[in-house]
Amino acid sequence: MKTYATNIVICGVGGQGIILASNVLCYAAFLEGLDVKKSEVHGMAQRGGSVITHVRFGEKIYSPLIEQGKGDVILSFEKLEALRYIHYLKKNGITIVNDRKIPPMSVLTGTVSYPAKIETKLKKYGKTFFIDAAKIALNLGNIRVVNIILLGVLSNFLNFKQKSWEQAIRQNVKTKFVDLNITAFNRGKNITTT
Amino acid sequence: MKTLLSGNEAVARGAWEAGCHVAAAYPGTPSTEIIENIVKYPEIYTEWAINEKVALEVVAGACFAGARALAAMKHVGLNVAADPFFTMGYSGVTGGLVIVSADDPGMWSSQNEQDNRHYARHAKVPILEPSDSNEAKLFTKLGFEISEKFDTPVLLRLTTRICHSTCLVDLQKRKEQKIKGYVKDIKKRLMLPAHARLRHIIVEERLKKLEKFSEVFPYNKIEWGKKTLGIITSGIAYQYAKEVFPDASFLKLSLTYPIPKNLIKRFARKVKRIIIVEEGDPVLETEIKALGIKVIGKEKIPLCGELTQNVIRTSFSRKAKAKTKKDKIPARLPVLCPGCPHRGVFYIINKLKLVTSGDIGCYTLGALPPLSAMDTCVCMGASVTNAHGMEKALGKDFSKKVVAVLGDSTFFHSGITGLANAVYNKGNLNLLILDNFTTAMTGHQPHPGTGKLARGEQGKRIPPEDVVKGCGVEFIRIVDPNYLKKTETAIKQTLEFDGVAVLIFRRPCALLVKPKPSYRIDPELCNGCKLCLRIGCPAISLEFPEDRKKPLAVIDHALCTGCGLCTQVCNRNAIIAPEQANT
Repeated sequence: MKTYATNIVICGVGGQGIILASNVLCYAAFLEGLDVKKSEVHGMAQRGGSVITHVRFGEKIYSPLIEQGKGDVILSFEKLEALRYIHYLKKNGITIVNDRKIPPMSVLTGTVSYPAKIETKLKKYGKTFFIDAAKIALNLGNIRVVNIILLGVLSNFLNFKQKSWEQAIRQNVKTKFVDLNITAFNRGKNITTT
Repeated sequence: MKTLLSGNEAVARGAWEAGCHVAAAYPGTPSTEIIENIVKYPEIYTEWAINEKVALEVVAGACFAGARALAAMKHVGLNVAADPFFTMGYSGVTGGLVIVSADDPGMWSSQNEQDNRHYARHAKVPILEPSDSNEAKLFTKLGFEISEKFDTPVLLRLTTRICHSTCLVDLQKRKEQKIKGYVKDIKKRLMLPAHARLRHIIVEERLKKLEKFSEVFPYNKIEWGKKTLGIITSGIAYQYAKEVFPDASFLKLSLTYPIPKNLIKRFARKVKRIIIVEEGDPVLETEIKALGIKVIGKEKIPLCGELTQNVIRTSFSRKAKAKTKKDKIPARLPVLCPGCPHRGVFYIINKLKLVTSGDIGCYTLGALPPLSAMDTCVCMGASVTNAHGMEKALGKDFSKKVVAVLGDSTFFHSGITGLANAVYNKGNLNLLILDNFTTAMTGHQPHPGTGKLARGEQGKRIPPEDVVKGCGVEFIRIVDPNYLKKTETAIKQTLEFDGVAVLIFRRPCALLVKPKPSYRIDPELCNGCKLCLRIGCPAISLEFPEDRKKPLAVIDHALCTGCGLCTQVCNRNAIIAPEQANT
């Protein structure tokens, strides 16, 4: 993939650690000497609602928002959310999906049903990878590192130096969790994505 | 040195670099992180004020004393602070005064989409509109300079996509400013009619000077491209327009009131066609059209919602419009968190079928299904007064079915005046204060009820019940909302009481306490009746296992906080406590 003008959509459910993941990605891109912009929303939108963060980096970035159909990668922390934002993906782009189903309240109360065959639907848009990040996270003893595992998977599609990623993690997580997160990152990175 | 900063972090940094001495705010998305970041700079005295009017008056006082001062608020916060804002426009400043308004196009976390650029015109004060974090920092600093140079408050107008977008920012050192000290000047600061009449003349003269300044202000600038198309824009819209019209000539306005009329005319003469790309109302468009310049604006670009590259593109291309077809996907609205102490109160309100006069905070989410327990939400504090007004229109019997609901932080913000008003005017108000010891929605800021100050140090705690008592309320009860029976009894007693009754539901926000072990469902006992789904807890869902005739409720152990509210609604004792589960 080109190392300039790259658009990454990170989406999922409020509370899944999406903003932290986008901060690490942003910082890593900064350490790579690129122009970086990121946009996110706070407040009401975060309380278990659908969340989308835009990260863009390259030689010169104007808008912090990614245009529909221009996303290089969609990194989704939840299956339904991948489908919600799939129109951001460019033709033959890459989708990395945490293999997790979180039913929204409308599904819990039985008003609507959770969409079936999300895998098939997503595959129509481009190359799709489903990652059981929760399994890896629980293996490492902390469910909260799902976000960094997924970032590790994403790293396979970006030409950033390992040093940049590690420093970006150090910059953004509490000292006592740095080692755990770097391990989580590497576990994600080692997942085959060819 | 360069680093990554959000717009809000950049404003905080700009205030520090500019030598600001005093800052105050009431939290409100998307402005909250400005103060949260200013507290990192010990040189600036910083406080969470009780509301935006108070915040602005506090910093106005600091400015009278000759200090550089900054108040930050969300767009609707400036409505609350409008009273001092307008008159400070007359008084002018001694130390520089910057007022930050963070607008929320798209209403990501707001009750309306007002365009606060109108306030600058209304109050006749200059306004700066940064288009990224770098400019947010720079314009904060320039704001103080313009404020002192022209003896005026300066409005710094941000929007969600400035506040919560991050980019690379150049850092500079702090330039210390001497606090000028207080010198009595009643003609300037004591706005009785005789003085204000004189000040109004000065305000109009000041505007003329600012108009000249706007012409030479270096950040009102032309970027020449092809002369067939000229774009006039400001703020975040500039960034979007640069991507949609990469070859066009741009007039990027940063000091957008007063507008640089001659610069605009010069630009207009050189380009063939002009599009005004602005988010929100046709503010620039109206003024530019008044100059007799033909432009394309809001007849193409939408008034409602936030702009994006896509929105601008589809405004000018039918082809692009057709492309945006999407799959139908279930909405995922925000919800009360698992373990949220508000849940029990709304469950009972729904059960009793009460009319609920609501307010602004996390608890506004009680309006959504399945709790569906809120009828109104206007502005901070309106729960109390709306309920009082309903009673005055429909009588005492109606008020037996009405509760007003607001949070502890909102109570201090603007609930107290409404409460005193109801007591004084012989109301039959039933007020429920949901006291979770924090300002939760904006990310847990302290308030007088917590006694903590902006930097975390201990201040004086004001228990809400003491305020309620001080307002003359005779019926006050404090209840833990995690107990449904007690909650129901207390609400019923409140409704029966003649006069103003206040119930304080006290339990800390679920995000502030360590979760307890998760509950689980006994599949033998669960008959799939769905009663537990009525509390609207995101941790409980229904599954349809193939080997069962009836559906089965399931608790997500990663989400459950062990509050146990669901056990109180299950008729079959199918929800098992963790200690039972272990045996």
